[in-house]
Amino acid sequence: MTVPGPGRRLRFTFDGVSLEAIAGQSVAAALWAAGFRALARAPRSGAPRGPFCAMGVCQDCLLLVDGVAVESCRVAVREGLVVERPERPA
Amino acid sequence: MSEYDLAVVGGGPAGAAAAIEAAGLGLRCLLFDEGSDAGGQVYRPPAFAAATGGPDAAAGAALRAGLAGSAVERAFGHRVWFAGPAAEAAGFELQAVGPEGNRRVTARALLAAAGTSERVFPCAGWTLPGVTGLAAATILLKSQKVLPGRRVVVAGCGPLLPLVAVGILELGGAVAALVDLNGPADWLAALPGLAARPDLALRGLGWLARLRRAGVPLYTRWGVRAVSGREAVEAVEIGPVEADWRPSRQRPALRIEADALCLGHGLLPASELTRLLGAAHAYRPEAGGWLPVLDEAGRTSLPLLYAAGDGARLLGAGAAPLAGRLAALAAARDLGRLSEAAFAQRAAPLRRRLRRAARFGTAMARLCTPRPGLVEGLGADAVACRCEELTRGELGAAIAAGAGSLAALKAATRCGMGPCGGRLCNATAHALLAAAGRSAAEIGAPSARPPLRPVPLAALTGSFDYADVPIRELSPR
Repeated sequence: MTVPGPGRRLRFTFDGVSLEAIAGQSVAAALWAAGFRALARAPRSGAPRGPFCAMGVCQDCLLLVDGVAVESCRVAVREGLVVERPERPA
Repeated sequence: MSEYDLAVVGGGPAGAAAAIEAAGLGLRCLLFDEGSDAGGQVYRPPAFAAATGGPDAAAGAALRAGLAGSAVERAFGHRVWFAGPAAEAAGFELQAVGPEGNRRVTARALLAAAGTSERVFPCAGWTLPGVTGLAAATILLKSQKVLPGRRVVVAGCGPLLPLVAVGILELGGAVAALVDLNGPADWLAALPGLAARPDLALRGLGWLARLRRAGVPLYTRWGVRAVSGREAVEAVEIGPVEADWRPSRQRPALRIEADALCLGHGLLPASELTRLLGAAHAYRPEAGGWLPVLDEAGRTSLPLLYAAGDGARLLGAGAAPLAGRLAALAAARDLGRLSEAAFAQRAAPLRRRLRRAARFGTAMARLCTPRPGLVEGLGADAVACRCEELTRGELGAAIAAGAGSLAALKAATRCGMGPCGGRLCNATAHALLAAAGRSAAEIGAPSARPPLRPVPLAALTGSFDYADVPIRELSPR
């Protein structure tokens, strides 16, 4: 759902899938644009959660970016970034 | 001796203007912000070149240029997570995690200008992916050039409603419905305040005309009843509300197919810093909630601690730089760097302009002052605290069992103890307690504790080897 326009394209992977982003876009926004909105799971029910506040408050977009847990709305995509959903504790 | 005369937390319009003013008066000034540059949420620096345009972009660029030309030391990408009295010198100690790890600084005076987060009151199904805040939608649209959905319901209250709806249209999305809790009478009541900023009022009228031309269905004094979908938003149920925003029983609800819902109920001042330091606060729902008690120049009840901008009270982006500059003048005066006469001379015109600018911001904030029916109409199964996944029914049971304050409700249920730090549920918990007959004094302000924001443990501990950790010898039995 990203609007086509100027901007350098970058590639990154999400759970092993190769995706494209515009340079400068946040990981959460690039994933949203690619159709991935369910990024986390609710703590008790395990129901899907997705980016909600987009400003680093809700923690519902927490992902492993190059192995480090970060709010994906607050980190910009870089070429070759490896993004994964964290494994849920049993 | 403290390293800085003044530390400013928050580089939005209030904090940046304050820092520039303070540096201009010769104060050694350090400015912290979480973002990559100044501007805050309202003048957020564009993520890439395509994401620019509009009067806000120009204001943001001017603010960043002003800061770059000043003597202010800037610490961007820093999350301030601790504040307290400095042990080794008069003044404050701050700790912030930034790109190079944890940083500890001392400053004689401290200005809190941390802005706001967004207040979103719950409805059934609001935790589904595809539901975002209105402010979140503006970030996606303006800074990231991403549509919240292909067919979006925009709902809640306040000036972000038409802004988000127009933003969606401009990027080629469809607005399935614009659902405003306020009716024409509520907007009419705001007119005198809107007249203080004819430029912004005209911009708003332009948005409404654009929405009408596009044929966007407009529902006033309506609200969201429920969101449904399996893995993400598939439909939004809306219906009319009473004057207190309680769902109306008389008329049927409408089900709208949509793949996203942008929902918001005004802004929530981030007053954690002044609460953590123990300054006096008062509950002022029309200005955002629990706010530091301030004098006309932004002085809190504690010496050399100041607050300005929407984080101190919701007066809007036009008022924020004026309040910030006033606080900087007060700090310079209190540090003995400005005479009383010079302070009075500089402060008077700022105060006059602030009063005028505040009229517009206050009128906008009043459109979002929470009304009791919004949570009283909430079903028992609806999630009220997202992080701990607590329902309205669970919180209601704890309140019925005697939890009469935010602190007691937290102890009984864990409401507010999740990673958001209570920012997403405190307003709801407050409203539920108020609905049960508790006064603001009984409910109390949310307690602020370090870390004020989530920070990685590794940034605080550094790298270490367990073999190097000193372990005291056990004492003989």
